[in-house]
Amino acid sequence: MSRAILRARGLVLAFGGVRAADGIDLDVLEGEVLAIIGPNGAGKTTFLNMVTGYLKPQAGSIQFADREITRLSPRRIVRLGIARSFQIPQLFREHSVLANIALALAAGGDFWSPHRPLLTTARETEAQALLQRFGLADLAQQRADALDEGARKLLDVAMAAALAPRLLLMDEPTSGVATAQKHAIMDRLIPALRQQGVTVVFVEHDMEVVARYADRVAVWSQGKILAEGPAGDVLADPTVRRDVIGLEGAAC
Amino acid sequence: MPTRLFALVGMALLLALAALQPWLRFVLTLALATGLAVLGIAVLLRAGQVSFGHALYVAIGAYTVAFARPLVGEALALLALAVLAASASGLVIGLFVSRYRDIFFGMLNLAFSMVLYSLLEKLYWLTRGTDGIRIARPDLFGFALSARDYEWGLFALAAVFALTSGALVARYLLTPAGQALSALKTGETRLEFLGISARRVLYQAYCVSAALAGLAGGLIALATLHVTPLLAYWTHSGELVFVAILGGTANMLGPFLGAIVFELVRVYAAAAFPDAWQMILGLVLLVIVLAAARGLVGVIEDAWMRARRSK
Repeated sequence: MSRAILRARGLVLAFGGVRAADGIDLDVLEGEVLAIIGPNGAGKTTFLNMVTGYLKPQAGSIQFADREITRLSPRRIVRLGIARSFQIPQLFREHSVLANIALALAAGGDFWSPHRPLLTTARETEAQALLQRFGLADLAQQRADALDEGARKLLDVAMAAALAPRLLLMDEPTSGVATAQKHAIMDRLIPALRQQGVTVVFVEHDMEVVARYADRVAVWSQGKILAEGPAGDVLADPTVRRDVIGLEGAAC
Repeated sequence: MPTRLFALVGMALLLALAALQPWLRFVLTLALATGLAVLGIAVLLRAGQVSFGHALYVAIGAYTVAFARPLVGEALALLALAVLAASASGLVIGLFVSRYRDIFFGMLNLAFSMVLYSLLEKLYWLTRGTDGIRIARPDLFGFALSARDYEWGLFALAAVFALTSGALVARYLLTPAGQALSALKTGETRLEFLGISARRVLYQAYCVSAALAGLAGGLIALATLHVTPLLAYWTHSGELVFVAILGGTANMLGPFLGAIVFELVRVYAAAAFPDAWQMILGLVLLVIVLAAARGLVGVIEDAWMRARRSK
């Protein structure tokens, strides 16, 4: 059995009267693809924000690769090997797709070198290879702000993957794109990330996407984990189907 | 656009102008010095940050020359001191202002420059207030030169500094940290989640811009041989931003082109319309903003592209 690469214990975070995390306990196993599902406002993104150091829990702890990271800054956490993508892609809009990836690659290397330009031959080759894996090679010279939403989502994840993380958190990687494009995006992302050996956690609302790509599923509801386990079992759970997915009485 | 070629041709034209119109040597030296300070402003503009107080560093550079002159006789050493003083100030003030963005960044810089302006004006025993400090002409390259040769020497020095600074800044802007400046403008969150301190990116650029403004101040002091608190006044900072917009910031030639046009328009407009030269400068800027949003260098770039396409 795989060991846990991320351990969250007793996470609590409230915004006024809203408890976005109400004693969250979760293990993310090394090498798995874990989907987090749940209604809007359940605390899914808050969990990602706590793991990446953007929000600090009021109680509880987070361990990554047996190291306490609860109070570390986002930058320290990135350097330890946790990267993320965003629901609204965070790109360098005035730069080309290639330059976006090159900046991400440089961030993991000689970013502060006063001599080496961003686009060295070696870095360009590496960036092109990464773009190829994520299906963006043809768009390398396009400006990021000229991309469609699907390509923006892919680029956002590719930039995170360029850091060669051990754990990658994706916040709604298929939101805002046409239904037909969702599977195309995930068909690119998941094999590319599996090939890289990255453990993946993704927040998702589309149950077809979850069923098709997740190894395990954790169900969030009002800041708590309602159910957790293999994707097939969790998605077949009548409570989950009724209260979270909204398929009352529906057969699997 | 072949920037290097344009820079060299431009410099040759300036040299010819300085030889044909000796009185313009002084004006062009000031223009090149101003261009250096504007180059610093242009670096910050890459990050979308406008400093309304960079005259602070020009004044620090200029007053360093004035204060050090009784002890130091060589112009190059005085310039080195000017850069050191402005850089040291930038290192300290930058720690504070690099936390802020947009209007807060601009206004904080303005506040610091106005504090210095007040100090220069009030501390009469040290700065001689609004009378300013006269500076004895120093040696240049180890020689005690005549007024004419000194003017030529300083003009050449300003030209060399303009070329080398432009080349070095262009190189810096190609590095990851330089490229991250415009990334900071559009994706600061992403930068942080790549493990890069956006604040450090801006801080580095701020220190570069302070050093350039200090060098500009040193050259201005050596050219005018007189410094006054007006060097730190907010209108001077505004003038630097004005020149940056006039020249354009997309290319390293922009700040210098803007500064030269600005100084020439000012000189000729002031001679022709002594009471209305500011209005003429204002109209020039209005036309540039409306007709060429990328500044004069954008006009040249567009013309170059059109010429290449028509071949």
